[in-house]
Amino acid sequence: MTADQDGGVARVRRTVALVLLLALAAGCSSTGGLRAERAREKASAGAGTAVTTPRWRVAMVTHAGAGDAFWDTVRKGAEQAAAKDNITFLYSNDAQTQGQVQLVQAAIDQKVDGLLVTLAKGEAMTEVLGKAKAAGIPVISLNSGAEFSARLGALTHVGQDESTAGQAAGTALAGRGRHSVLCVIHEQGNVGQEQRCAGAHSTFAGPLQTLYVTGTNLPDARAAIAAKLQADQAVDTVLTLSAPLAATALQAVADARRPVETDTFDLGTDVVAGLKSGAVGFAVDQQPYLQGYEGVDLLWLYRSNLDMLGGGHPVLTGPQVLTKADADRLAEYVARGTR
Amino acid sequence: MSTDLLVQERRHRWRARPELGALLAAAAVFLFFAVVADSFLRASSIGTVLYAASTIGIMAVPVALLMIGGEFDLSAGVLVTTAALASAMVSYQLTAVTWVGVLVSLLVALAIGAFNGWLLGRTRLPSFIVTLGTFLMLTGANLGVTKLVSGTVSTKPISDMQGFESCRLLFASEVTVGGLTIKATVWWWLGLVAVGSWVLLRTSFGNWVFAVGGDAAAARAVGVPVARTKTCLYLGVAFCAWVLGQHLLFSFGTVQSGEGVGNELIYIVAAVIGGCLITGGYGSVAGSALGALIFGMASKGIVYAEWDPDWFKFFLGAMLLLAALLNSYVKHRAERGR
Repeated sequence: MTADQDGGVARVRRTVALVLLLALAAGCSSTGGLRAERAREKASAGAGTAVTTPRWRVAMVTHAGAGDAFWDTVRKGAEQAAAKDNITFLYSNDAQTQGQVQLVQAAIDQKVDGLLVTLAKGEAMTEVLGKAKAAGIPVISLNSGAEFSARLGALTHVGQDESTAGQAAGTALAGRGRHSVLCVIHEQGNVGQEQRCAGAHSTFAGPLQTLYVTGTNLPDARAAIAAKLQADQAVDTVLTLSAPLAATALQAVADARRPVETDTFDLGTDVVAGLKSGAVGFAVDQQPYLQGYEGVDLLWLYRSNLDMLGGGHPVLTGPQVLTKADADRLAEYVARGTR
Repeated sequence: MSTDLLVQERRHRWRARPELGALLAAAAVFLFFAVVADSFLRASSIGTVLYAASTIGIMAVPVALLMIGGEFDLSAGVLVTTAALASAMVSYQLTAVTWVGVLVSLLVALAIGAFNGWLLGRTRLPSFIVTLGTFLMLTGANLGVTKLVSGTVSTKPISDMQGFESCRLLFASEVTVGGLTIKATVWWWLGLVAVGSWVLLRTSFGNWVFAVGGDAAAARAVGVPVARTKTCLYLGVAFCAWVLGQHLLFSFGTVQSGEGVGNELIYIVAAVIGGCLITGGYGSVAGSALGALIFGMASKGIVYAEWDPDWFKFFLGAMLLLAALLNSYVKHRAERGR
């Protein structure tokens, strides 16, 4: 190969690199994307730690399935409070009773300084929480199972009363003049979900049916809801119990080609978009971010100052009924994952 | 035969054992977590790991036997829940001493096991299809019947009923020695492994199991009652599901109707890691116990190591894959050595 050819190759390479660089610069989006997300995160993150307490470890054990947006928001709240309170936050979850009990036991083995636990399976947690108490670990219950909280030795409960939330939904349904409602339960065996549907039934005068779907298999849930809507022409409202299911119900309504309103518990990007467009009538929110945040913060307050908010009564984080009027402000917070 | 030959023969027999790879894999997983997870070696943690392993291991024993016999049982996971639900609802609805529920539940479980075996023998359909059918039916029936009887998706608590304490002693008690808590399931597990191994290796029934799993037609030709052998294996699954179901009921007092789905695969995984061939005719009961132990150590070790929970399933899958690879590597070496 001659020197001239060598120089030619180098020139070509330089040109290609330059073109690529220019393409990259011109291809940058000035809106959205990762950069916008970073900016939002920066805005939401606080100034850094300010407490003087030692590094404590707090474990949260939930009954959630893997990859649930709701629990991601709870964790974001908990992590924010943990960062502020100089706490190492450990999270684990198992949808099955036995698995969750074993994870609580694992947290006790790890000698954590505080324990946050969901009581969706109520009774079953009695024994293992007794062990936490014997090991001197303060426990706060979270999200579901307020009725078990005090009996099982938790300091307090942070969450929404599911029956009250259901009643709020029933009242809102009645206020919107709905006639026949389909309540979609997506976690078989979750007492809280049953209570929501029952609560809605108690304040809503018309017929309310329940439909069981598998929350971890959304295409299947979509087909099941659509089939039900096609089979039962009287149903004019679908009430879902979580944001992913609301999005699924919106698709199912489109599949069924019928003017059916979707209402839901919990928030998500699709729900807020739906509120904005009118496809979703209302959302009953229990403010998951607040549950994680307050859970960790209350444990910190208890350990550092023996404080307990609510004096042993549940600290309620909901229900907050959100409608079209709130959609614009919510959109930003939902996008950054804190609502 | 000279002494030299005898020693060599013994060594070969040891090296060809199906569970040897699993034993090494279990040791490797144990050492790994002993190093990376601070709280893994505490007495209380070891108790938790053994408990987790035992709740898989109790079912891995009959599932391994069934796989050696050449069949699957996909209904094994929900059958556990069915057994627990039946026991709780019978006791509560009849206001009977809980032992009544326990015995009725045993009959229910055995009936379902017998149904699986009978259907398989009569239709000659693959067990994958037959038990997939019963799996789905039981999943639905668990919810449907519970809702019908109790009005909710979980059973009513029976912890204040007569007989609960004695049942609890048998199925869900625990002994604490120096910080190490051993649950009743661990004893059940060890007992079932011992009985299962003895049946497989020391009885003619055990020979039949190997025979029907290896080549059913040949076994039938030499007079092995193929259908009866397989039905007995399904009854074994049902019995163990009953044991585990009673444990769940008497440790928690109530049962959620939707549980158990997906566990059937974990039992199969434990059996396969323990050296069972998916095609049947080869495997061991002790291996299934090691498989359950590996699964228990990996699933809890990841928690003790405080790894990011979002990656939990990924780590778990990777650990199991590595254990299985080590297992098959050791087995191939052993076979070449012979």
